[in-house]
Amino acid sequence: MDTLNLIAATAVDTGDTAWMLTATALVLLMTIGLGLFYAGLVRSKNTLNTFMMCVAAIAVAIVTWAAVGYSFAFAEGNWFIGGFDHAFLSGVDFAPRDGTTIPHLVFFAFQATFCIITVALVSGAVVERMRFDAFLIFAALWSILVYAVLAHWGFGGGWLIEGGTLDFAGGIAVEMASGFSALAAALVVGARKDYGRQALLPHNAVYVLLGAGLLWFGWFGFNGGSGFSTGNAGVLAFVNTMLTPACSLLVWFALDLIRGRRVTAVGAATAIIVGCVLITPAGGFISPGWAMALGAIGALPCYAVIVWRPRTRVDETLDVLAAHGIAGFTGILFIGLFAQASWNGVSDGLLYGNAEQMLWQALAAAATPAYAFVATFVLLKVMGALMPLRTTENDEALGMDVTQHGEEAYATGEGAILVTPESDVEAPVPVAQPEPA
Amino acid sequence: MIGIVRPEKANDVLEALYRAEVRGFSMSRVQGHGGELDRVETYRGTTVKMGLAEKVRFEVAVSDEFVQPAVNALCDGGRTGEVGDGKIFVVPLERAVRIRTGETDHGAVTPVGA
Repeated sequence: MDTLNLIAATAVDTGDTAWMLTATALVLLMTIGLGLFYAGLVRSKNTLNTFMMCVAAIAVAIVTWAAVGYSFAFAEGNWFIGGFDHAFLSGVDFAPRDGTTIPHLVFFAFQATFCIITVALVSGAVVERMRFDAFLIFAALWSILVYAVLAHWGFGGGWLIEGGTLDFAGGIAVEMASGFSALAAALVVGARKDYGRQALLPHNAVYVLLGAGLLWFGWFGFNGGSGFSTGNAGVLAFVNTMLTPACSLLVWFALDLIRGRRVTAVGAATAIIVGCVLITPAGGFISPGWAMALGAIGALPCYAVIVWRPRTRVDETLDVLAAHGIAGFTGILFIGLFAQASWNGVSDGLLYGNAEQMLWQALAAAATPAYAFVATFVLLKVMGALMPLRTTENDEALGMDVTQHGEEAYATGEGAILVTPESDVEAPVPVAQPEPA
Repeated sequence: MIGIVRPEKANDVLEALYRAEVRGFSMSRVQGHGGELDRVETYRGTTVKMGLAEKVRFEVAVSDEFVQPAVNALCDGGRTGEVGDGKIFVVPLERAVRIRTGETDHGAVTPVGA
């Protein structure tokens, strides 16, 4: 957080507020971008269902965030979780949020968009087979039990931030939380029925690139807004959000060339996400030069996991673990090595003589994945005992769009018979009864 | 021979045809109407009954001894047991020509090297 803000935290600043209102809208757009990115990566028969999981995350997470999520994350509480002081937006008004120069309401809205996209990210592990109703319930519970807790640890006065862990824009609560929860969700929900038997290919790489582009665009608000001001930290994070993904892209190109002799478009879209995630925790803490190094070095473990994961039996479908979990993990540790007080005004890393910083980063990188994985695993196991989490094999084969939503992404209209309100549409009639075999 | 199957079973049919060593065929996406239930879809205020269902049409030209294996492959690969699994029509071929060599009939539909 910008030290200048800490000093002048008594009044609302109009410039800061204007930027934070903009940044909030930018981050909300990221979730729609993610929907497009994910929709392009699945088969055409599951396009709408995949996109709708992101839309559902917006609906569910805003409501749970306003009800108790924000309070559990940011109200006064214990080391583990916040209290009920801000439940149902109690005490959230026009006065500046402590430590910032923006109205508490704006701070709440900005943080809400983070909760939304994190919930949406987890859906990437379970697309193409998880029931839509089960996902709605999962999204609501996960946003409170996992996101709000980890947001308290990393942002809201929990043990990691109090101890001294540096996490600029959500390496803990957003990236590692979604990545390692996705792994747990994929394990509990199980693989798609065709996984490992058939090639399951992205159906529209243009959606994937456009979605990645919208995510990058929105990420300037995500990282650039996480200084809660137009001060130095936000400016540094904004520029680093440009530098790091560019380096990740170039390294990804090189890795693609070495491995397959061709640079791939879906790979490039993935590299943009990886680069943005890498700089998320480190944005306002490392120099532009180290941000570029982070983009290049951090791409390596993510690429390795993306190549390795499909050879396992774990159908973590859209590789949330690799693109978010591993990249967030790398970014958090990178701060411990290369943070510079001369750039961030807060703390040095190991390379600049502060070993304790590395210790706190390592603690965050160990505790966050453990909590996210275990909590999500238990949550879905309990849900699975009470309701079916996934659709039937037959419906999965037909496609989630038709079976879950009664719509198609690419409807032709051929053979569609208009149904008037008088006719009885609720009971479809077989045209011919099958002969008994 | 013409086989019309569910699109979601097309991969299984392909696998079964390869197993039966039937190597020459073409497939196309078609829309058709059989005995299955009509699907109801809603777009804003408009509700429609989808009278046509997506199907995949296999066209396989084989010599006599391959007819039964190919029929078996289409059946085994395409069957779910629900209405709408599709149909197979076996029809005689008047003539077949392999364009590359000018071979006709039996020679034209026998894979090279078989």
